[in-house]
Amino acid sequence: MSIKIALAGNPNCGKTTLFNALTGSNQFVGNWPGVTVEKKEGKLKGHKDITIVDLPGIYSLSPYTLEEVVARNYLINEKPDAIINIVDGTNIERNLYLSTQLMELGIPVVMAINMMDVVHKSGDKIYINELSKKLGCEVVEISALKGTGIKEASEKAVKLAKEKNKSIPIHEFTPVLESVLNSVEAKIGFDVSEEQRRFFAIKLLEKDEKILSQMKQVPNIEEEINYIENEMDDDTESIITNERYLYISSIIKDCYKKTNKEKMSVSDKIDKIVTNRFLALPIFALVMFGVYYVAVTSVGTIATDWANDGVFGDGWNLFGLAIPSIPSIFESLLNAVGCVEWLKGLIIDGIVAGVGAVLGFVPQMLILFLFLAFLEACGYMARVAFIMDRLFRKFGLSGKSFIPMLIGTGCGVPGIMASRTIENDRDRKMTIMTTTFIPCTAKLPIIALIAGALFNGAWWVAPSAYFIGVLAIVCSGIILKKTKMFTGNPAPFVMELPAYHMPTFGNVMRSMWERGWSFIKKAGTVILLSTIVIWFSQNFGYSNGSFGMVDDMNDSILALFGGIIAPIFTPLGWGNWKSTVAAITGLIAKENVVGTFGVLYGFQEVAENGSEIWATLAKSMTTLSAYSFLVFNLLCAPCFAAIGAIKREMNNAKWFWFAIGYQTGLAYIVSLCIYQIGTLITTRHFGFGTVVAFIIVAAFLYMLFKPNKDGTTHQLKRNIKLQKQKI
Amino acid sequence: MKTLKEIKCGETVIVTKLSGTGPVKRRIMDMGITKGTEIFIRKVAPLGDPIEVKVRGYELSLRKEDAQMIEVE
Repeated sequence: MSIKIALAGNPNCGKTTLFNALTGSNQFVGNWPGVTVEKKEGKLKGHKDITIVDLPGIYSLSPYTLEEVVARNYLINEKPDAIINIVDGTNIERNLYLSTQLMELGIPVVMAINMMDVVHKSGDKIYINELSKKLGCEVVEISALKGTGIKEASEKAVKLAKEKNKSIPIHEFTPVLESVLNSVEAKIGFDVSEEQRRFFAIKLLEKDEKILSQMKQVPNIEEEINYIENEMDDDTESIITNERYLYISSIIKDCYKKTNKEKMSVSDKIDKIVTNRFLALPIFALVMFGVYYVAVTSVGTIATDWANDGVFGDGWNLFGLAIPSIPSIFESLLNAVGCVEWLKGLIIDGIVAGVGAVLGFVPQMLILFLFLAFLEACGYMARVAFIMDRLFRKFGLSGKSFIPMLIGTGCGVPGIMASRTIENDRDRKMTIMTTTFIPCTAKLPIIALIAGALFNGAWWVAPSAYFIGVLAIVCSGIILKKTKMFTGNPAPFVMELPAYHMPTFGNVMRSMWERGWSFIKKAGTVILLSTIVIWFSQNFGYSNGSFGMVDDMNDSILALFGGIIAPIFTPLGWGNWKSTVAAITGLIAKENVVGTFGVLYGFQEVAENGSEIWATLAKSMTTLSAYSFLVFNLLCAPCFAAIGAIKREMNNAKWFWFAIGYQTGLAYIVSLCIYQIGTLITTRHFGFGTVVAFIIVAAFLYMLFKPNKDGTTHQLKRNIKLQKQKI
Repeated sequence: MKTLKEIKCGETVIVTKLSGTGPVKRRIMDMGITKGTEIFIRKVAPLGDPIEVKVRGYELSLRKEDAQMIEVE
């Protein structure tokens, strides 16, 4: 008989540690269907037929956050055989709030009180027998970290699951609320099973629209709602929340004794310094510098260079032993078997280079993920949000968005992946969409090329690129926040600041590896496929009247294609096929733009900043069209690796295309405005394009300064609806 | 009638009422700020917002804008 046990509990209560302890290495990490919320499943150690499902960490079963909806939908619809409710013993009062809700689902519950070692050490006491009696479920003391009690907890859960004893909530609300609940329960149709009736009655009373839409027959309970709202002078949702906490307060006195009240904990002492009014920002800057320095500049660069230039480049050294690069190994292998030229090209320049493009990022990414996992697990990440919130929230971003953007100056791929740490769905999506506007190191050669070729290496070109990047993020944040895509329930910033603690080595490594692996798996396919497609179109074409592999890129399909779509870029000032093709090859890696220009202008190899082609480029472009070209390449869809990362993190086709479309669209209109308005100023030429540019600027300013109606109208509408109901 | 927004650091207050509706109110209540709860205002973030409070034995941060919904004495 196969058994499913769900693991439910608050964030930061040690759920992940318990899950790892229960399942060991036998885990499957994925996503809940259609959303970016992570789903973890595993088999209980030594039991192949017992699945443990790790639900997202939640505080409540309210309908307002994605995690909560995912968790409760699973609990209601999939009906696991038992729930292990993990409760933080050092923070028991608030943790029990979720427990009172889990108890109503009609699923057997075992409560595992975690961090008991810490509780014992502090001298506090939790009377589990009393707690068990008052809540009507089995209670077990555990320490997930030390591994004590977890066997007992899982055995109890399995036993309950086999017995199929439904847990019946013992907790009761005030008599008047109970009587109303009874009458609501009586109105519920028989499509709801007996043990779920109380849960549905409460959700009906709470006017929970998401639950209402799941019910086949929705009874009319307006009378009950009006009665209880008048009686208790509050809305039903608040009445029930209040009642839960009242019940917890009433039982906690008998179950929990705190000894030393006033003593400051170690965590308090750390926090006093780390989020101190004057020290917080310098400390934050220092931590960020440390992360950036190690993950991007020093160790990160070494790792990336090793992977890109060594393993997938010219070979590398292991303790003096020369190890050939993977492409060269393939090359000699293919030469040995006498492989035909085009197949060799496909394998080495297409497939191997594509795989290299994916794997080349991995070492650096793992280093970054190691830091992020540590910062998250020790509790500092929550403080980052606390410190930076004020600055970022104006642009629809989270305080935690700072980290992806900082990392993005090095490379957009780990930058996008770093957005993982942002819990709020909208903030995270906004961060994913805007992170790559910041020029990454691969875009620097393009900046150097344009600055060198057309601006005599003027000092302001590079800073202006960063300025445009930041401006694009800020404006996008302000404008997108007002669009339909980002409206909906306003997400409140009411966040727990968990106690600091030293994370375990195993958990940090596991988190690092899970993220790295998910990049390889999910982003890899996009990167590989698109690299092969571009390689093919670059190397094949019509020459001498027949289709085949071409030596000169001028004859390739890509050149042909570039010629066809080049007119699109005429309003931007660079509607020639060479620039277009350069921009397209930039999708493989941004620095390719320089190399492609080199090839198209007839050079075999060019320096990183393309100094050989400056003179030729200067002849084919004006300063304005060059700057417009630069801005377009900075803002448009990033390289395939970053596009793959966006796809992975959005985990939704609509959002993925929206992000790519928005980035490219923004790049287009910004470049258009720069070129057209620039032309008007320098040459006094006024044409159709100028009109379009001015219309865009006007629309842009309107969107920027239009008041944000979103949250307030939503609330107003709700108020009006509520008042109407009362009348 | 005061709201949590106006309380200075280091003071302890009792919640008397929660105004507002919808997700924000529910979230605040879910986190344990209900009528009669004791709140200790611990600190203000370096940039002046949000604030950090101690409620039901743990640390919680919330924005001043949302703190305005919490009436205290």
